[in-house]
Amino acid sequence: MFTFETGSGFWNPLVWIIIFVVAFLIGYILRSFGKRSYKEGTEQTKSFLSGNEEYDKEHMQIKSSNLYWGFTESFSWLYSILKKLHTGNASDYIVWFVVVLGLFLLAGVML
Amino acid sequence: MSILDTFVAHAPALIVAIPLLGAFLVQLVGRLHEKAKVVFALLTILLTNCFLYLLTYDVFTNGIRTYIFGNADLTLPVVRILFEVDAMSIYMALISTTLILVAFIFSWVYMKDNTGLDKFYTLMLLLTAGMLGMVFTGDIFNFFVFLEITGISSAALVAFWVHKAEAVEAGFKYILISAIGALFVLFAIALLYGQYDALNIAVLAQSIQFTFLDKIALVILLVSLAMKAGLFPMHMWLPDSYSRAPAPVTIGLVAATLASFYGVLRVIFSLYGGIYSGTDLALLSTLTSTKFMGSLLIGLALLAILVGVIMALRQTDLKRLIAFAAVAEIGYMFLGIGTWMAAKTVHVDPDGIATAISILPYGNLALQGGIFHLFNDAFDIGLLFLVAGVIFFVTKERSLDNLSGLARHMKATTIFFIIGLCAVAGLPPLNGFASKLLLYESTFQLNPILGIVAIVGSILLLAVFVKVFYAAFMGPDLIKTNVHKEPRSMIIAMGILAAVIIIIGLFPDLFLTHFVEPATDALLNFSSYTNAVLIGGV
Amino acid sequence: MIYNIPYLVVVGLILIGLFAVMFKRNLIKIVIGVTLIESGVNLFLITLGFRKDGVAPIFTGLPEGVNYPADMALPVPQALTLTSIVIGVAVLALMLSMIIHLYRHHNTLDVSKIRRLKE
Repeated sequence: MFTFETGSGFWNPLVWIIIFVVAFLIGYILRSFGKRSYKEGTEQTKSFLSGNEEYDKEHMQIKSSNLYWGFTESFSWLYSILKKLHTGNASDYIVWFVVVLGLFLLAGVML
Repeated sequence: MSILDTFVAHAPALIVAIPLLGAFLVQLVGRLHEKAKVVFALLTILLTNCFLYLLTYDVFTNGIRTYIFGNADLTLPVVRILFEVDAMSIYMALISTTLILVAFIFSWVYMKDNTGLDKFYTLMLLLTAGMLGMVFTGDIFNFFVFLEITGISSAALVAFWVHKAEAVEAGFKYILISAIGALFVLFAIALLYGQYDALNIAVLAQSIQFTFLDKIALVILLVSLAMKAGLFPMHMWLPDSYSRAPAPVTIGLVAATLASFYGVLRVIFSLYGGIYSGTDLALLSTLTSTKFMGSLLIGLALLAILVGVIMALRQTDLKRLIAFAAVAEIGYMFLGIGTWMAAKTVHVDPDGIATAISILPYGNLALQGGIFHLFNDAFDIGLLFLVAGVIFFVTKERSLDNLSGLARHMKATTIFFIIGLCAVAGLPPLNGFASKLLLYESTFQLNPILGIVAIVGSILLLAVFVKVFYAAFMGPDLIKTNVHKEPRSMIIAMGILAAVIIIIGLFPDLFLTHFVEPATDALLNFSSYTNAVLIGGV
Repeated sequence: MIYNIPYLVVVGLILIGLFAVMFKRNLIKIVIGVTLIESGVNLFLITLGFRKDGVAPIFTGLPEGVNYPADMALPVPQALTLTSIVIGVAVLALMLSMIIHLYRHHNTLDVSKIRRLKE
């Protein structure tokens, strides 16, 4: 009752959970090979930001609208088209309805 | 007959009548005490659930159950209103009642400080009665009446916070879309009635010949109901109304949108089932039109997935972001239907004469994936909207730019959000992956591009929600208001949805064989739908 | 030809109503457009029940020489139209009350200016 078959394969969530547990164990064993002796609070645990100064956490938090800046900048041509599409004008919603109705009438009735 | 048999025999009418009666009684009972309204609404929906489970057991063991209004037995010709409950109706009714139950539990604390709460519960119970009537009815004009009831009550609920300008604007856009969609549905119903003098879906399905007016009626029904279900490019009302409604109302709206999608399924498979599921050679002339309409649906569904996800990436309002993800998920469901419609072949014998029309096996698989995805999507998106509601209730902030570090105080919400994130993005082992796997495999066999776009959509959805998780839950504590722990009733409401998600994720085969396959078979077997009415009743 | 005029009027009403909803800027005119579409669909429903030289479908007290049910107009479309008119009244009342609230907030009735929810 755990597996189900699609036409060309099968899916069993228990197999996935077992693989996940095994991978977690391997990761944990690898982590335990690390050094235990390090001094807290000195140079050994500070993060390295290519020589830049590290501020406190309140000023280093990236706001959510800037998180995917690379994606939105490189697709700015697509986003300008989509922004022009979503006008927010209530009568434009009905214009789209009539356009799709016309498309389907052409496909379903004329053909 | 025993009491239980009487209950089961009258259950289709009782399941619609109890919320309807409760909607008007809650005004009287609510005058006794403040909390009496919520308690009474909860009792009503629990009673409806009990009757629904009785009816579920009966329909899955005995087949389609019909219920005539106004007479004891079914006599032909059918002139009375008929409720016809098959496995697909039960499937949709289970989704609707569970979501409304969770919404009422959530609204125990969420709507506590609002006035006019008796009207809120009246409208929510009317919405429940409308949705349950839509999925149970076997008469197409009755479907229109319940469609309008659902539309009017949900539009009034979207504009519940009338002191905020954006909520009323979202409500106006929703009622405009709902009114025009329903009027065009009525136009198509009038076209069908004028030709065949019948309003019963089974009688119409038996007597439809695919004339020119029938094709026009089919297209108008399909496009109007798809507009109310939120297909691209008619989806723009969905982010507006989902984001500005209170969180319990948004869950009711999700259920109402899926009930309109059920309307699309009924029109294609039961009303016009003889043309789409039939396999005799007289339908050869309609094959190109069917495949072209299926391809058009697939194209719009792919655009819905891509546009929904790409627009969700740049939103800052949390609920609007989740609403755009809901637009993408509806694209997945329409992808399943479109693949089924386009997956037909003609067998030719060596002389070049056509011998048979058959539906390719991946077509049925795509339909199963689409219907399975309906259930999963309702619960995943419902859980995410509840998390957004909790965040808004505790911090009073809508925008993600002002939220940070919520995981310190609201640990339960964080865990539920991680479950919702993995489920919506289709990560194993939760339920989103099970239905999306069926969709990936079946659409890939029609055309590789469909599978690729579907997988890319899932990956981008994961990116969208990881952004929300990082921005809202991780990081330092920057909230200016006093963040406290979330109320216990909200944790219970989210817990119910999360439990269903995890159970379906761990036992997908159980759910598939016991719920999804009977529902799909009930849709594809349109002759059993018509025979339940035309060859005697129960 | 004369029996087809109601159907032409129906198509005309629906097209005018759709034009008003799609291209008019005033919110009240958009609602009037919705009412026009609703009137068109109701007219279509009623016209379906036409019988040539038919009487009103009242069973008791039929005039002489009228056969039941061959000479009566169809009663079912009349019931459907009544239901649809009532639903139309409810939708219209809801839309107009929302316009009152919108006017109080934005102080304008222009649909291209009431666009706080966009993109």
